[in-house]
Amino acid sequence: MRPIATTRSATGIPTGKLAVWWIIASEIVIFGGLLGSYLMFRLSHPHWAGYAAHTNTMAGAFNTFVLLTSSLFAVQAHAAAAAGNGKKAANLLLMTTAGGALFITVKAFEWTHEIKMGYTITSNTFWSFYYTAAGLHALHIIGGCVIMVIVSMTARRNEELHRVELIGLYWHFVDVIWIFLFPLLYIAK
Amino acid sequence: MSEHAHSNYVKIWGILVVLLVLSVLGPMVGIQWLTLLTAFGIAFVKAYLVIKNFMHMNLEPRFVWYIVGTALAFMGLFYAGVSPDVMAADGDNWEKPAFVAFLEPGYVDPHAGSDAAHH
Repeated sequence: MRPIATTRSATGIPTGKLAVWWIIASEIVIFGGLLGSYLMFRLSHPHWAGYAAHTNTMAGAFNTFVLLTSSLFAVQAHAAAAAGNGKKAANLLLMTTAGGALFITVKAFEWTHEIKMGYTITSNTFWSFYYTAAGLHALHIIGGCVIMVIVSMTARRNEELHRVELIGLYWHFVDVIWIFLFPLLYIAK
Repeated sequence: MSEHAHSNYVKIWGILVVLLVLSVLGPMVGIQWLTLLTAFGIAFVKAYLVIKNFMHMNLEPRFVWYIVGTALAFMGLFYAGVSPDVMAADGDNWEKPAFVAFLEPGYVDPHAGSDAAHH
């Protein structure tokens, strides 16, 4: 039997994919507002460069590398799913999840070091932005990892393979957000 | 998708990694405009490569572009509406002393070389 409401005739986009794009659009407003606010404050508070000097550029760069690599796995999972190879798609999704887990692990060490040095979310407005933006992004990484594990379980049985593309879209978007967070928080010193 | 598409993905990933290395090395030269170019210019290029090649947005129907475009427009509207106040050095009955000092000729950063965590 044909599933109910898998497409929207007005847009010609499958329902699940349309939902993911709506999520991405709302996330653009959320992260855009946050990063836009940070940019305004950063440009009018030149001494924030001194605070930013305490962020660990190498840790940020390593995490960027990890996310870019996990995005490669995610798009390869999509390719495998499109070819009908659910097992390969599931394995690639788990590799993507491992990238997310590594990202969070590095972030945990980084934050532990910074908090021990006395730079906490209440230290000043720069550190408030830093922990809020990076923390909100990290929550998206954790959420994405949980969803990818669930999607990989059905994909392994060659079921609901279209979901591999949907979680991939979300994951690439989270990657794009980090691409902008990295220079804002780690490079502009 | 073909094996050719797979190899393209790896090629795009390779370009992204090279751009990442450039964005880290850029500030080491110590020229401000070069830092801005390698940090933020490269960020836009990297985002474009991910959106085009990994998210395949160029293959999506026009409706998706409308959704994303509207969200970006709202972001721009927010920035344009708020930034004139937030980025001003002073206004009616208020001023930002640090920013006012920064705009003065011969400004010297009072926090240079110090631990600035709690200021």
